[in-house]
Amino acid sequence: MSEKTAIEFRNVTRLFSVRHKDFSGEVRAVDDVSLKINDGEFFSLLGPSGSGKTTSLRMIAGFDRPTSGQILLYGQEVSDLPPYERDVNTVFQDYALFPHMTVGENIAYGLMIKKVARAERLNRVDETLDLVRLTGFADRKPGQLSGGQRQRVALARALINHPRVLLLDEPLGALDLKLRQQMQVELKTIQQRVGITFIFVTHDQEEALTMSDRIAVFNSGKVEQIGSPAEIYERPQTPFVAGFVGVSNLISGDVAKRITGSEERFTIRPEKIHLASADGEVEGDLFFANGRVRDVVYLGLYTRYLVELEGGGDLVVVEKNINSTSMDVMKVKGQQTRLSWKKEHINRLGD
Amino acid sequence: MLNRISTYFYLRPRLVLALLLLPPLIWFLVVYIGSLITLLINSFFSLDSFTGQVVREFTLKTYAKLFEPSNLQIFGRTTLMAALVTLACALLAFPLSYYMARFASRRVKTFLYLAVTLPLWSSYVVRVYSWKLILAQEGIVSWFANLLHLDGILAWYLALPVVGGPSLSISYTGIFLVFVYIWLPYMIIPIQTALERVPKSLIEASGDLGAKPSQTFWNVILPLAFPGVIAGSIFTFSLTLGDFIVPQLFGSSAYTIGRAVLAFQGTSNNIPLAAAFTMGPILIMIVYLLIARRLGAFDAL
Repeated sequence: MSEKTAIEFRNVTRLFSVRHKDFSGEVRAVDDVSLKINDGEFFSLLGPSGSGKTTSLRMIAGFDRPTSGQILLYGQEVSDLPPYERDVNTVFQDYALFPHMTVGENIAYGLMIKKVARAERLNRVDETLDLVRLTGFADRKPGQLSGGQRQRVALARALINHPRVLLLDEPLGALDLKLRQQMQVELKTIQQRVGITFIFVTHDQEEALTMSDRIAVFNSGKVEQIGSPAEIYERPQTPFVAGFVGVSNLISGDVAKRITGSEERFTIRPEKIHLASADGEVEGDLFFANGRVRDVVYLGLYTRYLVELEGGGDLVVVEKNINSTSMDVMKVKGQQTRLSWKKEHINRLGD
Repeated sequence: MLNRISTYFYLRPRLVLALLLLPPLIWFLVVYIGSLITLLINSFFSLDSFTGQVVREFTLKTYAKLFEPSNLQIFGRTTLMAALVTLACALLAFPLSYYMARFASRRVKTFLYLAVTLPLWSSYVVRVYSWKLILAQEGIVSWFANLLHLDGILAWYLALPVVGGPSLSISYTGIFLVFVYIWLPYMIIPIQTALERVPKSLIEASGDLGAKPSQTFWNVILPLAFPGVIAGSIFTFSLTLGDFIVPQLFGSSAYTIGRAVLAFQGTSNNIPLAAAFTMGPILIMIVYLLIARRLGAFDAL
């Protein structure tokens, strides 16, 4: 992977004026965002709805323009270019396939607009259909396809143009879980094969962690953190990231002081915490906290415990059901317990 | 008791459906199809020219009369007028519908919707007569032309063959203008509905794939809105084909289909010929719909 920059945001802000009976004024959909996306990268914009990730994507595509700031595509300022003059293509959330055209015509649309000769068009449609494993579907209408197949057609329609950047707007949102997981693997494989920069918008943290080279976590129009999946998951820099990406226990103030000796805030992942009986042995380089198990949720592969700490605060603990059954874990409810975790597993957030 | 009735019907959805459909079905069969069949039967009778009585015997004589040059002219004239009115309505309606469907705010859209449909609330005859005043020799149009010193142009236009006449209120131009005015709402509403159903993401996708706005219009928007245009044109075309009031008020002595039917039926009591004449527009509409289907108008339905 080269270190060339594919997309750069320089202090990009997008305001929307809202007129509503409860609220009138300006909403900062994207608020002074600066970021760089490398050439050939699988980059995810992750965040809850309304966090500005989709608006950012739409500004790269050209459907929306920044109120202020600049967007650069391979060093060229594109903020004022219409979509049809940008070398990027989009896979839409609702696929946006043209219902009056066949699959083949849909995929060939970009080439038809560029007036590519018919013979070459047909060749490339066949090639691209092979790439997305839809060989022989060229003559169907979109209405005759399943959700997963439409998804592939949308992908093919974008990829056939060999764009420099491919934008994907929550493309897997409408698929069921099995198909979604299968498409995640497939998308990643296709991305590595074609070597195009993928920018992927999602609100599903697991999806972002599975596929991305790097992730930008969005919250209320701002980027909270940019990093690799491992960095985002293991070293969240803000309470929001810690809470949004996976489940995290945020501990601060007196409770933190009793555990670590300092009031500095920290987060600890539920799966890193060990649940033991209250009179168990204390050993090794560990942090401790005593409490009472208030709630137990059996999830099959895992069990989730909610532990009320002595002196206030709750901690979520997750343990795999390797040796226990649903009967066993339910007995723990209401009992005193001692929680422990390795000191290196906490993530300090500062004050 | 009421509960048991509800349960009885709930368990027999087909019976409910039958009961619901019975009244409209009876209406449809008796009033619509029945009168059409009566019409069809009558068109195969003929009029005894000596006694003036209808001869109730099967004959194609009446249909043969339709092919007399003067009657063929009536069909040609009316069809051409209907086609021109439809075309003009489509050209006028599309931009407005497009604006309403894609750009207008909720409030503006409501206003335009009202403005478009408001004329339909008042009597057709009143509106047609008011156009008589607008187009008359001493009417608003000529008054305005005088004001702008354009009366020369108006006089020159009225002197033209076919489209001209003694005044705008007695000319094919007048008929055309009034038809376009009264049928325009029937074109705007279906086109607007069709355009509204085109998802915004399709338009964005087209631009995203490199299409300029004009290319997006021809390749995506127009094909998807076409069923709406066809639906509207069915109204404007068939309404113009059958109308007899506007040509009567604004026309010269030249007949249109509607006027001919009225004359044969009312004045000369030639019911068979009137019936045969009425079969004309039906046939024309069937041909029209077949052409529309060929053009793919119903593909997206």
